[in-house]
Amino acid sequence: MVDFEVTDLPETDHVDVGEQAPDFERPLVNDEFWEDVALSDLTADGPVLLVFHPMDGAFPATYVWNEIRDREWRSEFDARVVGCSISSAYEHKDRIEDSAIDASLFSDPAADVAAAYGVENDLDGMAGVTEHRPAVYLIDGERVVQYAWVAEQWPDFPPYDEIEDELADL
Amino acid sequence: MPAESADEQPQITLYRLQACPYCERVVRRLHELDLDFQSRFVEPMHGDRDVVKRVAGVRAVPVIVDRKTGVTMAESANIVDYLDGTYGAATDGGEPAAATGGDA
Repeated sequence: MVDFEVTDLPETDHVDVGEQAPDFERPLVNDEFWEDVALSDLTADGPVLLVFHPMDGAFPATYVWNEIRDREWRSEFDARVVGCSISSAYEHKDRIEDSAIDASLFSDPAADVAAAYGVENDLDGMAGVTEHRPAVYLIDGERVVQYAWVAEQWPDFPPYDEIEDELADL
Repeated sequence: MPAESADEQPQITLYRLQACPYCERVVRRLHELDLDFQSRFVEPMHGDRDVVKRVAGVRAVPVIVDRKTGVTMAESANIVDYLDGTYGAATDGGEPAAATGGDA
């Protein structure tokens, strides 16, 4: 990406393949409204691709969602694609509208879900702000993790082709 | 371990706007009547509330959808009257519904 060393994120004992994905309930935002939804509500209907991303407005969030939109994961594969960041429901609505994302986004302002998954990112230079490090989990209908990618550098971006292969194998 | 089955969805859905006093009035009565309900929060901008328009024919909130009775209703005073008439009485401590005012 660049010809110098990128900042490493601290090692983390994150939720990994084969483990039960921690359940959580948070406001899930779509283009029209938001309501409390549990991850288990979603997995009850089938596999879920859970995309943790930096706060809305940060360029990695924009890049990730534009890429997912352009690859048409929502329509191409049998997994429900949802995001999760510390941004408020109002910011999520703008993010969805501005990028024409057709995925829904969880709002997790206190980053408790990030803590549960071991994907926290204490932001340097933003006192008191912890958000989700970029991470992608493919979770099956039994809520077992089938695939996990967690950022080790800052910034870092999901291996889209690898994830696409996993989605194609569903 | 198999996934927990999803909780049964409440029969009542309330379309509401954060901090809208008319909506809070309905929420208060729903709690007083100990009714389970699901909140759906919508946009402050009227023009962006297409989902409410689709469901209820108006863009004003609050709106409730009661799948148990098949009732969809707007106007907080009417909703409170409806809830009292269907699920309880206004006499057990709740405030009586005042005359209708413009909802949000």
